[in-house]
Amino acid sequence: MQLKRGLKPYARTLAVALSLAFVAGCSSSGGTQDGSMDGTRGGAGSGVAGSGVSGSQVGGTGVGTGGAGQQADGRIPQQRTIYFEFDSDRIRSEFESVLASHARYLRENGSARVVLQGHTDERGTREYNMALGERRARSVERFLSVQGVSPSQMEVVSYGEERPAARGQNEEAYAQNRRVVFAY
Amino acid sequence: MKALMTTWLTAMLLLLSGLAQANLTIEITRGSDRATPIAVVPFAGGDDFPEDVAQVIHDNLERSGYFAPLPRRQMLDRPSEGDEVRYGNWRSLDVRYLVVGSASREGSGYRLRYELMDISGERRMLGELVTADQNELRGAAHYISDQIFEAITGIRGAFQTRIAYVTAQGVGDNMQFTLYVADADGRNSQQVLSSPEPLLSPAWSPDGRRLAYVSFETERPAIYIQDLASGQRVRATSFEGINGAPAWSPDGRRLAMSLSKDGQPEIYVMDIGSRDFQRITNSSSIDTEPSWSPDGRSLVFTSDRSGGPQLYRHDMASGQQERLTFTGNYNARGRYSPDGEALFLIHRSSNGYQVARQDLDSGRLVTLSDSRWDESPSVAPNGTMVIFATQQGNSGVLGAVTADGRASFRLPSAQGDVREPAWSPFLN
Repeated sequence: MQLKRGLKPYARTLAVALSLAFVAGCSSSGGTQDGSMDGTRGGAGSGVAGSGVSGSQVGGTGVGTGGAGQQADGRIPQQRTIYFEFDSDRIRSEFESVLASHARYLRENGSARVVLQGHTDERGTREYNMALGERRARSVERFLSVQGVSPSQMEVVSYGEERPAARGQNEEAYAQNRRVVFAY
Repeated sequence: MKALMTTWLTAMLLLLSGLAQANLTIEITRGSDRATPIAVVPFAGGDDFPEDVAQVIHDNLERSGYFAPLPRRQMLDRPSEGDEVRYGNWRSLDVRYLVVGSASREGSGYRLRYELMDISGERRMLGELVTADQNELRGAAHYISDQIFEAITGIRGAFQTRIAYVTAQGVGDNMQFTLYVADADGRNSQQVLSSPEPLLSPAWSPDGRRLAYVSFETERPAIYIQDLASGQRVRATSFEGINGAPAWSPDGRRLAMSLSKDGQPEIYVMDIGSRDFQRITNSSSIDTEPSWSPDGRSLVFTSDRSGGPQLYRHDMASGQQERLTFTGNYNARGRYSPDGEALFLIHRSSNGYQVARQDLDSGRLVTLSDSRWDESPSVAPNGTMVIFATQQGNSGVLGAVTADGRASFRLPSAQGDVREPAWSPFLN
């Protein structure tokens, strides 16, 4: 089925103009947030570690009793996303307690398995970003391993820039996309 | 025979109801100042045909960046054959070449006659009779465009080629990815595969019959090879970790790729028939995005072994590797020009991520595009043009630029983000 088959030039010009208008009207404005974000965001815009986020406060309301992710009853920690700086796979100090809580959960639940999903912002080439996302997830895997988590409980999968949490060509969106997600 | 208004209304309804395919429409963003003035006169007799053959030829030539076709309203008369041409009329409009023709129905198909006239020489350069089946009218116009292009420039035309590309809709965990192939002008798109999981890195086999691509449909990345005519496919690799960036060797027998099964992404070459693997890189860095030289003797690939992504060349015979790019701190996704003399790549500078061309002899790098968020350059098989993915507002669109950077156009899509273009080889 072809959209513009059979149109004479005038009508086709109209159809093209209208289709362009349709495209313009449908362009999304601003980023949208992934509902699974737990309120803590990386230092959007400044890229400086520790801007606005510390280990014991988690930004939003409702999460944070007893510190980031400490669940005394053995449930999976609530904070399941950590964020990274541009071009970096370094675990930021403000997220260490989050990782520690996942490490504790995994050590205490030997049959639990987690997929560490690595992501990047959308800048740059796609397959190279796939590799950068993997680096981030592997960085988390190493941290958990040092904390005593068995390798058999962890798997690393990179999505590169393919599954952005937020859309937009701005620092805020990029910061939300540079992340590793704990998928149980 | 449909009435014009009924056809137009139907088209509008299809557009508004969202049932339209992801056909891409073309906007010229920059015309070349070196473009040759040409005029393509509407073909006599084809007024009620489903395609305006002369317009297709006009658009093809304009999009190539080599030609500046005269708008129809400026034409002083409309000859349909060489004998009717009054050269003075066209000289007064500064037109250097003229295409005239006529069209008629023949059975269920069409009969086209065209002539290419040299205005200053006042002579016919080319003339031909073309027959086309019922659904091949556009294809015939692309064929004629190729003949005209080659007769004037000496370069083989690429108007009968195709492109593959991916569209993505949604965000986060709610997305839909679709792989399409379409004509090189964005028309006649056909869906190859649609999935809620990512699809990327489509790559055409040298015979144009198959696509290799990466799919996350098993929730892990794997490389697939799909026959376009039959839709049949095989999974070529599904190792642990990254399976990415498939690249066909020029003889079609091997696939270079990036696999991270050994701890970090490395380049491998897989023999498609035997499934034997040859490891190409062995470093603690990221090695990815391999691509073959036209003579099959080298692989260019992206590596960040020096601290940031740069392009390297691997000699298949000797195993030697050398760094190729030294300008700036980010050079990735290299693709050879068909003559093997240049690389097209993504280069980052203070102007953002842009398509660039590096001459392999001199090492000189020149930026080609004027957009900021470019990725995935793919070269036309005649080397004249590079298609790539970029951003326009908040949407992913395809852009194209001539290999000399002089002319450019965009192909916006009505359906989500468009990315990952891959230009087919010659198909005729």
